[in-house]
Amino acid sequence: MGKTFSEKILGKKAGKPVVAGEIVEIEPDVAMSHDNTAAISQSFYEIGVDKVYNPDMHVVILDHATPAANSKFAQNHKDIREFVAKQGIKNFYDVNVGICHQVMHEQGHVWPGAVIVGSDSHTTSYGAYGAFSAGIGRSEMAVIMARGKIWLRVPETIKIHVAGKLPAHITAKDLVLKIAKEIGADGALYKAIEFCGPTIEQMSLSGRFVLANMAAELGAKNGYVAPDEKTLEYIKSVTDKEFEIVMSDDDAEFDQIVNIDVTNLEPMIAKPHTVDNVCPVSEVKGTKIHQVFFGSCTNGRYEDFEDIIDIIDGRKIHPAVRMLVFPASMKVYKQILQQGWVEKLVDFGAVVMNPGCGPCMGNHAGILADGEICVATSNRNFKGRLGNNNAFVYLASPRTAAWCAVKGEIADFREM
Amino acid sequence: MIIKGKVWKYGDDINTDVLFPGKYTYTVTDPKEMAKIALEDLDSEFAKKVQKNDIIIGGTNFGCGSSREQAASCLLYAGVGAVIGKSFARIFFRNCINFGLPALTSPKLVDSVEHGDTIEIDTEKGTITTDKGVFEFPPLPNEVVGIFDAGGLIPYTRKMLGIE
Repeated sequence: MGKTFSEKILGKKAGKPVVAGEIVEIEPDVAMSHDNTAAISQSFYEIGVDKVYNPDMHVVILDHATPAANSKFAQNHKDIREFVAKQGIKNFYDVNVGICHQVMHEQGHVWPGAVIVGSDSHTTSYGAYGAFSAGIGRSEMAVIMARGKIWLRVPETIKIHVAGKLPAHITAKDLVLKIAKEIGADGALYKAIEFCGPTIEQMSLSGRFVLANMAAELGAKNGYVAPDEKTLEYIKSVTDKEFEIVMSDDDAEFDQIVNIDVTNLEPMIAKPHTVDNVCPVSEVKGTKIHQVFFGSCTNGRYEDFEDIIDIIDGRKIHPAVRMLVFPASMKVYKQILQQGWVEKLVDFGAVVMNPGCGPCMGNHAGILADGEICVATSNRNFKGRLGNNNAFVYLASPRTAAWCAVKGEIADFREM
Repeated sequence: MIIKGKVWKYGDDINTDVLFPGKYTYTVTDPKEMAKIALEDLDSEFAKKVQKNDIIIGGTNFGCGSSREQAASCLLYAGVGAVIGKSFARIFFRNCINFGLPALTSPKLVDSVEHGDTIEIDTEKGTITTDKGVFEFPPLPNEVVGIFDAGGLIPYTRKMLGIE
């Protein structure tokens, strides 16, 4: 019997053959933390170790409230700057670089076959490039700083096979919301998801990133797409790292196989307050909205901007709506500047913010008022998300979100 | 260890944002203050009325969402003795173990108890006793039980590295 991607890569790290269900202790290739590095550093010192085991293993990226929203956030950032300087952590990205999951691959900290852990749930994202990547807690990151190791349970794998041609302007976001509707927010609990099939092969890296990123919202430990020419071309443009591609064997044992056909897929939307409360946009059209939040680690890349510019160019925002735009990184920001898209967004009536997580988890920069409704391109619509438990968040694709900003209500862009 | 307490029962998909709202993750860091906002967006009465060793019961996918450790630690600081679910989200489960908070899986028990019931957990025997009967829960994997027994990951690591 063959082995899955996760069994092979964790077995390689553990130095022995492993099967799903087994617990292994391994040394990750990369360990990412963000604004929570200050708290992690406190736990690290609490252990009683002075020096970080391997400073080069760590990547620290400030993004969760950048620039600092108040003096507490400012102190947090200051503590992190002092910690990375003292510990010789060279891979440090301050408030002027971007969202951690975007910066990780842009700056060459992700490669096929790498084992990456991060003290953030959306660390699953790097599976889009064929890495094994999973979210962990703060104390676990502190222990990795102290001794370089972590225990992981080798996950079972769900194969999601996607076939059919995506209809015009229907994106990976619509697909992953459809998957959430099908398998539920706990559909992949503890498991790995391998996305495969002709639709995935045709899909851009940016689209694959959305799937791996949102795997976290399906309960998955990691998401994965087998690397191909597109992956290798991109990874070689960002890192000189030598790597070995790891893929599931043809006769690997999968826990479950889910088949999805996207031929008739419609624009999808997740209603408050769970990610799997999904329906076609057409079912909730006409719902008045107050804000559009465009950005986050899920949908703030160049390709997503292409989609919204296509909608907003030459139009005006609905007077009752605010639209907040957060590029995923400074690199993306520069691209949209060079394209002249920032001017188009400003003319449309959007507020273009600096790269960062923005209001995604309710820290700052676009918190909702009581009773307000927001259409967001981000990944969570839990009660209290975006900072107010009396507000309502709908999740959708960039194109849908932009069209809602034009109409002032939830609307189906196919009726444009 | 015996944990006897009153049940606070909620539904499926209790997420980390209702356990510990995201807006507080960098601003509320004192354990006493963290205890006061536990479950704020799910049940505003909880933090005011919770008693030492009370037990939170959820359905499936308990603790889904963010990796934030405070979703587990705030419960501990509020005095919660254990959490029981039909299934747990993976990072929340790890965070509970890493703070020494028992996170027990027992679907049958979840279906049979009511809000306000008093139940008793015996962590050594792997049983939960209620007025409806005795329910079992699976033990922690051997590789992980040491972390729990040491009182969490940080004390466990200190012990492992010989730091006293």
